[in-house]
Amino acid sequence: MEERKINNQTTLETQSKHEHTHGHSAGERLYIHRHSPIHELPGHIKLIAFFTFIVIAVLTPIQQWHSFVGYFLIIFLALGISKLPLLTLAKRATIEFPFIIFALLMPFTAGGESFDIGPVSLSREGSIAGLNLVTKATLGVFCSMILAGSTTAHSLLAGFVRIKTPSLFVQIAAFMIRYLNVINDQMARMKVARESRGFQAEGIRSWPIFTSTLGALFIRSYERGERVHLAMLARGYAGTLSSLSVEKVQAKHWRLGLCFPLMAAISYAVGKVFFS
Amino acid sequence: MTTHPSVHISSLHYAYPDGNKALNGVSLTIGKSERVALLGPNGAGKTTLVMHLNGILSPTSGSINIAEFTLDGSNKEITKKVREKVGIVFQDPDDQLFMPTVFEDVAFGPTNMGLTASEIESRSVKALEMVGMLALKERAPHHLSFGQRRRVAVATVLAMEPEILILDEPSSNLDPASRRELSEILLALDVTILMVTHDLPYAFEICERSLILNQGAIVADDTTVKILRNEKLLADNRLELPKGFAI
Repeated sequence: MEERKINNQTTLETQSKHEHTHGHSAGERLYIHRHSPIHELPGHIKLIAFFTFIVIAVLTPIQQWHSFVGYFLIIFLALGISKLPLLTLAKRATIEFPFIIFALLMPFTAGGESFDIGPVSLSREGSIAGLNLVTKATLGVFCSMILAGSTTAHSLLAGFVRIKTPSLFVQIAAFMIRYLNVINDQMARMKVARESRGFQAEGIRSWPIFTSTLGALFIRSYERGERVHLAMLARGYAGTLSSLSVEKVQAKHWRLGLCFPLMAAISYAVGKVFFS
Repeated sequence: MTTHPSVHISSLHYAYPDGNKALNGVSLTIGKSERVALLGPNGAGKTTLVMHLNGILSPTSGSINIAEFTLDGSNKEITKKVREKVGIVFQDPDDQLFMPTVFEDVAFGPTNMGLTASEIESRSVKALEMVGMLALKERAPHHLSFGQRRRVAVATVLAMEPEILILDEPSSNLDPASRRELSEILLALDVTILMVTHDLPYAFEICERSLILNQGAIVADDTTVKILRNEKLLADNRLELPKGFAI
């Protein structure tokens, strides 16, 4: 919170000068600004490329392990091209831990044929299922980290519009991004106001205060929703947000974007040959 | 062709669904390119009146004409036309700015009007230029200062090239410089302005004519100078000039 405030201030100070703005200032939480071919890809191409890649990977049986070596190589290639900072991504990747723990339990809990490693007996099916889960989840997490790190929220939204996602979904997502900050700030102000009147959070006895704060926040957000809707009606809103600008697409974008699912398909085919 | 006044309201009554009477027979006419301040204490019905001017609320009785149109809640076509004529700048810019970037927000109104892409672009650029925010067009609204957001909110409405610009408390929460910059922008426009405010010096600066609304009725309609010099009238309506301020 503190850090963001300071950031805000510095951007305000520099804003009179002309600056290049592709995400530096857009209030992004996950986006990491770099100049790379992956960053330059329009949102919809990235969405299509990553989605196809993940579908191919998920549909590959885990026993066809040669393919997965290929998939990981492709991901590392994409990571390399994107110039995203590995340490930051590694920290973000910790979101996968709950899945890993679940996967580690699977060899112990699943039934069927078993095999022994030292004193412990493991289920063969469980081990394969666990390995399957970890491998595919890791691929998925890497993909989404690269996508989130290299794409501004705005470009993603424009991408969703481009691939004909139902307008209502895109609008909900757009409003969420826009008002998350507003509501966050409001919550922070309410916290300051609470504490200025001597409130200190202490265990379970402060919970009623939190719940009523949440209630107030909900009502305020609801009312804001109504006011926003009024303001939209006043400007002739009739159900669509078609003014989301669209990014310019060049042939080289498609070439690079489609390169990844294509490599994945080749990797799948090669793995299949080895497997059979 | 006869020229219509921008706003013509006759004996407008409005009661909220809970029975609370907000407007009790408001009649007024605002000519083209006039700049009028709508003054009045909190709860006088100012916002309710404004909400009638673009058909968001429909009168319980009475009639409203905006330029050549007669508002009729059941006629969607006319409501749409009226909303293109009447631009409202709401008090909280966060209510008004909801698109990911400033430029897209300004383009929202023109897009809804069904204009061509090049027209949308040129109107948006022009509107942003008028309020001096063109350089920040790729910014996200929540990364602007409050004064800048207010200016963008004005631009979102100007891009629709309205005949009537309605501003709800335009000077609230602005620092003195932003306040002056906004008044310079407003004075440079060739549109009809209806400004809802408690900021009497601001009304004096921008509007030659003022109305006082109290308890749902117009209690005064005169030049701003005459109204602001009438201490009794102001006091009766819970209005006060800042201390030491005389006109």
